[in-house]
Amino acid sequence: MFELLDQIFVLLKHSLVGFLPLWMQPVASVLVSVVVIICLFPALFALTTVLERKGLGRIQNRIGPNRTGPFGILQPVADGIKSLTKEDIVPSSADGVVHFLAPIVLVVAVFMGFAVLPMGRNMALVEMDAGLLFFFAMGASTELSVFMAGWSSRNKYSLLGAMRAVAQMISYEVPLLMSSVAVVMITGSLSLGKIVEAQNHYTWGLPHWYIFTPWGLAGFLMYAIAATAETNRSPFDLPEGESELVAGYHTEYSGFKFALFFLGEYLAMFSISGLGTTLFLGGWSAPFEFLSWVPSWIWFFSKLMLSICVFIWLRGTLPRLRQDQLMNFAWKFVLPLTMLNLLVTALWRFLGPGWEQWVYCSAILALAYVAMARVGMRAEHFGPRKYRYAE
Amino acid sequence: MCYPRSHRRDLRPTDEDLSVGTLGRGHPAFVGMQALERERLPMSFAFTLFAAITVAGGLAAVLLKNTVHCALALTVAFAGLALLFLDLDAQFAGFAQILVYIGAVAILVVFAILLTRGSETPKDGVFSKNWFAGLVIAAGVFAVLGWAVLASAYALPGPGGAPTATPTVTVAEIGQALISRYVLPLEIVALLLTAALIGAVIVAMDEKERAR
Amino acid sequence: MLGEGILKGLAETAKNFAGSFFSADRLTTVEYPEERIAPIEAARVFPILIYDGLDWEAGMRCVACQICEKECPPKCIYIEKSKDKKPDALGKPQFYPAEFDIDISVCMSCQICVEVCPFEAIKMDTVFELSTEDRFESLLLDRRQLARPNRYFQQIHPTDAGVVDARLAADRAKSDAKAKAAADATAAKATAAPAPQPAPAPKPGEGN
Repeated sequence: MFELLDQIFVLLKHSLVGFLPLWMQPVASVLVSVVVIICLFPALFALTTVLERKGLGRIQNRIGPNRTGPFGILQPVADGIKSLTKEDIVPSSADGVVHFLAPIVLVVAVFMGFAVLPMGRNMALVEMDAGLLFFFAMGASTELSVFMAGWSSRNKYSLLGAMRAVAQMISYEVPLLMSSVAVVMITGSLSLGKIVEAQNHYTWGLPHWYIFTPWGLAGFLMYAIAATAETNRSPFDLPEGESELVAGYHTEYSGFKFALFFLGEYLAMFSISGLGTTLFLGGWSAPFEFLSWVPSWIWFFSKLMLSICVFIWLRGTLPRLRQDQLMNFAWKFVLPLTMLNLLVTALWRFLGPGWEQWVYCSAILALAYVAMARVGMRAEHFGPRKYRYAE
Repeated sequence: MCYPRSHRRDLRPTDEDLSVGTLGRGHPAFVGMQALERERLPMSFAFTLFAAITVAGGLAAVLLKNTVHCALALTVAFAGLALLFLDLDAQFAGFAQILVYIGAVAILVVFAILLTRGSETPKDGVFSKNWFAGLVIAAGVFAVLGWAVLASAYALPGPGGAPTATPTVTVAEIGQALISRYVLPLEIVALLLTAALIGAVIVAMDEKERAR
Repeated sequence: MLGEGILKGLAETAKNFAGSFFSADRLTTVEYPEERIAPIEAARVFPILIYDGLDWEAGMRCVACQICEKECPPKCIYIEKSKDKKPDALGKPQFYPAEFDIDISVCMSCQICVEVCPFEAIKMDTVFELSTEDRFESLLLDRRQLARPNRYFQQIHPTDAGVVDARLAADRAKSDAKAKAAADATAAKATAAPAPQPAPAPKPGEGN
């Protein structure tokens, strides 16, 4: 019975598609999955906005929105109506075509990333051999849309925000990829389905998730930091900080286009959390062997929502990082540690199962963390101010 | 390509195809050309579409007035190239094209345009005075490339005369090839990138610090 | 150690989040307008006119001396003195305000009018939900709208009211004693004189 529940969406899709002629079935099957994703994740986005506002409120000793609907759950409906009915203001000197295309490129690129996430057993939209690479390729396209938004607004503050956002996203893309490469090294495949399958084994009831290994824990932490920076979330939200640059690269957007940027940012958060759970937290596998009767998609979405809650928690706790602090952190701390993590992962594989791999890998990583903290994050002593005059 | 090939069971490579060892001659992406040539298929609709996108992007990149628009049109051309790679089942090449070209090179081009004065519209229009010389050179380059492509397609060996399914090249095989057969180019590229990085740091470094 | 501060911060916010469901000091929100915080005793919003007894017109303490009108910094008080006089709490005939308008869109709640009033006639109210639908017309309050019984003043400012009432009672007692002494003197003079004088008329407008 529980296998039926586990595969219920797959079976529903097959039965639905079975009504069509044979030559249409692959297309229809993909279309049905696409429609489901397009409906499900924006609904999750709506839920997340309420969750975030209520959660942040509770962290800040206040209640969040509670007037629209019981406990404020209809707040996204109100927000949606507001965004849709607001006047769409485009500055007269703005570049019309690029201004229009920027939010579209963002949302399309982010939706494409959902195509490879395995949301349950046999529930990835497309099973690609190079699935991870596809995901990162789509993530790279979002940087282009940020730049397009900032440049086309013809507003120097938007452009400044866009430049900062692009610099931040490029800097943190390298640690993001390299912490994922460690997982690929151990699994031996770029396919996300195989990565989850490799973690779906249990020893003494405990799962083989990669986060429970030393290199996996370090990789997960760095992946989380890089993911927070990639999606411009607090504490890395300088490009869109309201107190810094009005609204950064989406200053000149109003109404529905702003809603699209908002949607794109949250969807990027979902997809990158989804990838993080797939790579490090075991995707759709259950935490304990005796719990594997619970449907796999429930585990995936619970882990996803848990990651979102951690994102909200971080947002409520940490102050914003300055641009130079952000960049220093990326290049002088996270990147060297990620490269060391690759070496440690190789050492793990090389030493083979036993106590040696645990002890040596943990020791190297702990030592490196302390050393990098002292060396890489040393406070900069700025000398007397240097002035640079125009020649 | 309206659905991924993995849904089509009859097009998946069999073990026999993979054991032939088609990493023989030429770039992995051109292996697909062999199959096309053997089957002498008319150009499929997908290929026409992607080629149209690429050519349109390229044309727009040279004909538009606003330089940043040109850079964005170039990005469309990159995307078209990536789609062509994916049509040929070269998954790694296609995704790497998107990741590297669109994700990094396009941004680099746009930054370069913005930080120099290229973002202003050129006053004398986009057509240069020496357009005839440009046309001759472009025709020459096209002729050389076309000759190279057609010659290599005919020259590739293939098993028997029967059309074979396109063998997919997995990322593992590319990795193996990079480490074993193409290790020297890999190391040279790494050295080049390091030199470029160091050069960039030196160029951007503060003048007084460099003089010290 | 790097990262220690972050972990401590995360623990603190987690405590805040969890505690906000249980303890009141981790959730300090007062859901206005369903819940309200009682104003403190010294709160002041806009002036009101106090009257003694049940009749607001007869019992009004204000004698139209116009000191508050002169002292008001933004000149938001407009007083028109009456032509006739009426007896006040102590029995003495006094003028009364025929018109007493305060423009609360101008009033800046400085309380100077309260401080200078010699008759404890004008005091500060604590009600602030006074918005109206029209722009300025309804914000000009006349003396009917400004009148409040002394009972109300005792409710909103108990200590002040206690002080004021004690002072007024003392004044009244003194004037009663003086009147009684005068009555005794005239009675003594009357008993000495041949024609007995009638007893003095009872004092009007007494007490609460």
